[in-house]
Amino acid sequence: MFDIQTQLFEGQDIRFGPIDHEKDPEIESKWTHDSEFMRMMETTPARPMSAAMIKKQYEKLEKQAEENKNLYHFMIRAKVDDRLIGKAAVQWVEWTNGNAYLRLGIGAEADRRKGYGTQALQMLLRFAFAELNLFRVSALVPEYNEGAIALLKNFGFVQEVCRRKSLERDGRRWDLYVFGLLKDEWQSQA
Amino acid sequence: MTDLFRGELVRFTLEEPETVAKAEVRWQRDTEFNRLADSEPSRLSSEKKIKDWFEKQLEDGFKPERYSFSVRTLAEDQYIGFLGLWVDLIHSEAWVGLGIGEREFWSKGYGSDMMKLCQGYVFAELGLQRLSLGLFEYNPRALRSYEKCGFQLEGSTRKDVMREGKRYDSLWMSILRDEWLQMQNGENK
Repeated sequence: MFDIQTQLFEGQDIRFGPIDHEKDPEIESKWTHDSEFMRMMETTPARPMSAAMIKKQYEKLEKQAEENKNLYHFMIRAKVDDRLIGKAAVQWVEWTNGNAYLRLGIGAEADRRKGYGTQALQMLLRFAFAELNLFRVSALVPEYNEGAIALLKNFGFVQEVCRRKSLERDGRRWDLYVFGLLKDEWQSQA
Repeated sequence: MTDLFRGELVRFTLEEPETVAKAEVRWQRDTEFNRLADSEPSRLSSEKKIKDWFEKQLEDGFKPERYSFSVRTLAEDQYIGFLGLWVDLIHSEAWVGLGIGEREFWSKGYGSDMMKLCQGYVFAELGLQRLSLGLFEYNPRALRSYEKCGFQLEGSTRKDVMREGKRYDSLWMSILRDEWLQMQNGENK
């Protein structure tokens, strides 16, 4: 019998939940005003976004997930007060090849370095390997995102590709890394 | 100035939607061709659907992040393949995808000639900093051709694709603007 009782979406201090179209846009809008956060999360240009814009993005996201069936998106919430603290996703799933890319971010400065990212990645990996039955997952990380690199290495991710000088920021060019983790590597440490 | 669209063996054109659809409906039957070019499962689309898709591209108009070329041989003036560019204007990078649908033109230097034209277009016309591509480890012919054109292997995502029950790596390659310029200077000496 497999472990059906340990909930996929419940962690120690956090849980994965769906989008709250009423409350979440305002909070995520605040995150987009933090350019450092946005540059860690996105390779597209950072720009402040209104709650109305975020709302539209959510609608697009849910439509995409339904139509393309290659995206699983989660809001990360604190168990103690249910407040939104971040986002996680398994995206670009290729079903015939059993691969996908992961995304993860803790939005508010006050919620970082509390171990929430570690818990969220643990849940995301179980979801990817034990629920979606993927064979491998990848993550794209700019060389300047040292926090993400340390987190991925802790989970046994291997730096597989160095896309030399592929990002332009602050007047210089930066490498973009591709990290990968295979199912058996995940299993051997779980 | 050099002719951007004319190499030693091939030239870049853009064929009419009817011509493209007729050729691609034939090329897609070649699953070896498809499995070398794409990680998506092979499928068979109607000539009408392919033509509609290309006509929709026309209606969408010019997009500065998307360039497509058809490829014709110089000797026979035969339409043999395609080359497409996806450009990231913010980070000054292009991704290239190319294919030679007519098998009798495989392994004869046509791909390398297409790639040289592509590099000239990306660096000398679009003025970009980086040209990237991906391929599968079971395609050593492409790997050799890209290496010959100055691309460097940047790593491989392990066991990324599954073919006939076995898993293979995806390889990631690129050439930077400075590397291309250096190659040009070397060739002109």
